[in-house]
Amino acid sequence: MPTTAHTLTDVAASESTLRRFLHGLPGVDAVGLEARAASLGTRSIKTTAKAYAIDLAISMVDLTTLEGADTPGKVRALGAKAVRPDPTDRTAPATAAVCVYPDMVPAAKAAVAGSTVKVASVATAFPAGRAPIVVKLADVREAVAAGADEIDMVIDRGAFLAGNYMKVYDEIVAVKEACGASARLKVIFETGELSTYDNIRRASWLGMLAGADFIKTSTGKVAVNATPANTLLMLEAVRDFRAQTGVQVGVKPAGGIRTSKDAIKFLVLVNETAGEDWLDNHWFRFGASSLLNDLLMQRQKLATGRYSGPDYVTVD
Amino acid sequence: MAFEYAPAPESRSIVDIAPSYGLFIDGEFVEAADGKVFKTVSPSTEEVLSEVAQAGAEDVDRAVKAARKAFEKWSALPGSERAKYLFRIARIIQERARELAVLETLDNGKPIKETRDADLPLVAAHFFYYAGWADKLEHAGFGAAPRPLGVAGQVIPWNFPLLMLAWKIAPALATGNTVVLKPAETTPLSALFFADICRQAGLPKGVVNILPGYGDTGASLVAHPDVNKVAFTGSTAVGKEIARTVAGSKKKLTLELGGKGANIVFDDAPIDQAVEGIVNGIFFNQGQVCCAGSRLLVQESIQDELLESLKRRLSTLRLGDPLDKNTDIGAINSAEQLSRITSLVEQGEAEGAERWSAPCELPSSGYWFAPTLFMNVTQAHTVARDEIFGPVLSVLSFRTPDEAVAKANNTPYGLSAGIWTEKGSRILAVANKLRAGVIWSNTFNKFDPTSPFGGYKESGFGREGGRHGLEAYLDVR
Repeated sequence: MPTTAHTLTDVAASESTLRRFLHGLPGVDAVGLEARAASLGTRSIKTTAKAYAIDLAISMVDLTTLEGADTPGKVRALGAKAVRPDPTDRTAPATAAVCVYPDMVPAAKAAVAGSTVKVASVATAFPAGRAPIVVKLADVREAVAAGADEIDMVIDRGAFLAGNYMKVYDEIVAVKEACGASARLKVIFETGELSTYDNIRRASWLGMLAGADFIKTSTGKVAVNATPANTLLMLEAVRDFRAQTGVQVGVKPAGGIRTSKDAIKFLVLVNETAGEDWLDNHWFRFGASSLLNDLLMQRQKLATGRYSGPDYVTVD
Repeated sequence: MAFEYAPAPESRSIVDIAPSYGLFIDGEFVEAADGKVFKTVSPSTEEVLSEVAQAGAEDVDRAVKAARKAFEKWSALPGSERAKYLFRIARIIQERARELAVLETLDNGKPIKETRDADLPLVAAHFFYYAGWADKLEHAGFGAAPRPLGVAGQVIPWNFPLLMLAWKIAPALATGNTVVLKPAETTPLSALFFADICRQAGLPKGVVNILPGYGDTGASLVAHPDVNKVAFTGSTAVGKEIARTVAGSKKKLTLELGGKGANIVFDDAPIDQAVEGIVNGIFFNQGQVCCAGSRLLVQESIQDELLESLKRRLSTLRLGDPLDKNTDIGAINSAEQLSRITSLVEQGEAEGAERWSAPCELPSSGYWFAPTLFMNVTQAHTVARDEIFGPVLSVLSFRTPDEAVAKANNTPYGLSAGIWTEKGSRILAVANKLRAGVIWSNTFNKFDPTSPFGGYKESGFGREGGRHGLEAYLDVR
C-alpha cells in the first residue's frame, strides 16, 4: 500500500490528498483478476463442506424485496421466511436480515421481532442516489428512527466518476453519522456503473476510509451486479484495509447470485482471499431474493437424497 | 467451525491401466528384443502402476526401420490427407481427455486440476493447430515446396509427458515426417495410450513408434544412423551430450533445455495479480517446468509488502492427493528428483539464504516438497544460478530497471522471463533488453500452440509451436 497506518488519518485532509492516495493504490490487471476468480470457481465443494457452506450461505442472506409494489403484507411474509426459512425443517438457520425500502421498516421490524434477523433499509434515495444530501440524510434518519439495524446507502456515482472523491467521502461520513451508534452502514458502489476495476478498488478504499461498516457491490437494479471478480477485488481491499488499520469491514455482493453453486463459489472467494474471519454473517452477506430458495432446495436434497422442487419451498 | 473442503477425488475407474505394456513398433505392441521391463510408479503413493517393456538398441533399430518404411507413403500423401489423421487424433484426445488426465495425474503426480484444465486442452490444441498447417506448408514461408526430413527421433521429459509428446509429434506428422519417440522412464504410460489413439485413428503403421526406456534407449535413438532429425526436451547436461553425438552428422537438431526464468516485479505492478503470477510461475506443476519463473526479481520499495502477500498466498495452497480436484500442489515426479531438490535447498541454506516453507502437512508416502521461498538471495547463491526444477523460488531485489535487466540476463540460461508493471512503455522497453525466448507481461506460464517457444544460450535452440515450429521438421536449405 502506498501509505502507512499513521498517515491514513490525513488522507482525507483535502481533495488532492484523497485523490493522490486513491490513485496511488496498486493497479488491477483485469485479465489476472478474472482468471483468479474463475480458478477459485473450480473448487469442488461436496458432502460435509457443501452442507456447511449451504447453511452458512443461508445465514448470510439479506432477504430482499425492493419493488415499487411492495406492501406491508409482502414484507410480513418475507420477515416470517427470514426467521424460519424452511417450515418443514427447523434446523435451517435464519437469514441475516431482511432488506426493504425505508417506509417498510416498521412492518419488517414487527415481522422479525424476537428473532436474530436484522432489518436493513436502503436509504439515501436508492437506487439512483440522485437527491440532495439533506433528503438522503432525512431518508436515513427516518429509517433509523423506525428501527433499522442496518442502512444500505448508494454513493453518488456521478461525483465519483467526475473525480469528485471528496464529495462522495463527505456524504458517506454524513450518512454514517446519521446512522448513529445503533445502525451499521453498508456502502453500495454500483460497480457496474464504475466500469473499471481500478475504480472499484478506489471506491472500496474511499468507502472504508469514510467509515463504512460494509462495502457492497451493487443495487441489483443495473445490468452488471455482483460478479466473482468484483467481489474478489473488494475482499482484497477489506483484507488489506484491516492489515493496515486493524479495522475489519464487511463485504456484500448483491444482485444476480441465484444458485447455491454460485453462492458457494463466493464463499470460496471469501475463504481463500480474506480468510476465515470473514466467514460469518457479521462480515459477509449475500444481497439476494431468489437465492434463498435454491439454497433450501439444495439443503433438502442433501438431507433426503432427492431434489424436491419449487413447490416444496415457500414463494415469499 | 471452519470451512474445510471435503475430499473431492476424481474417479480412477475411468482409466484402465493394463498390468504390462509393450513397445509400440510398426503399429503393434511388441516385447523388447531382450525381454527387459521396468516398473512405473505413482509418485504420490509409490504404488506400482504397470510394467513396461524397455527398448534396447535392437528395438530402436526395428522402430527406425518401421518409420523409414512408413515415411515413403506418409510423406507422399497430400497434406490434406495427413491433416485428416491429425484432426482425428485431436478429436479422439478431446473425447478421451478425462481418461488421459487421470492417467497423467497417476503416472506423473501433478494435480488433476492441471492435467484436466491445462495439459489436455493444450495437447488437443496442438494437434488441431498443426493439422491446420499440414495442407498449407507451401504458404509457411519456407519455400514453394518444403520437404519433410525423414525419420524424427524424439526424446521427451517427464514433467508434461503428453504435452511434450504433442509438441513433438504434431508438427512432425503435419510436415510429413515419421517418428520414433522415447518417453521418460518415470512417465511412459500416456505415450502408450497415445499409441492406442493412433491405432484408433487408423494412422498408417510405422508413422508413430513409441519406445519406453531409460537414457541409454534415448542415446541409441539419437545415434542411430538412419535418423534424420533429433528433437530433445530435457536437461541441459543431456542436451550437451546429444549435441556432441549429433555433431558432424547430417542430422538436424533442436534442443529445449533448462531455464532459470526471471520474474520481474516493478513497484507499480498490479500487486495482487503479480502474486498470482508468481505462484503460477514457480508452483505450477510443482515447479517442474523448464520455463518456470524461479527467480523473483522484486523492486526494493515493495519487497516487504510483496513478500508478505506471497507468504500469505502460499499458506493457502493445498498440497496433497493429486486426484483431488481441490489440490493445488501435487507430488514431485520421482525420488531422484526429490533428492535433487532437497540437496539444492540444503545448499541454499548452507550458503546463507533465508528459507521459508509454506506450513503444510506432507503425506507420509510418496514424494513431496512444500512450496518454498529463499529470501535475501544474491546472484552468487547456487539457488539463484542452478535450475532446481522444484517448488522453490529464489527472491532477489533490484532498485532500477537497468539493474533488473542486468540481473535477469546474468544466467547461463535464457528460456523465459516475466515483467509486471502497469506501465506499457516499460514492458516494451524491458522486454527488448531481456535475452529469453518467451517474455510474458503481467502473466506467466501461458501457452498456446500458435506461439513459438524456445530458448537462448544453455536453454537450447530451435523453436516449437507456431509457424516457426514447422521449420525444425522441414528441409529449408
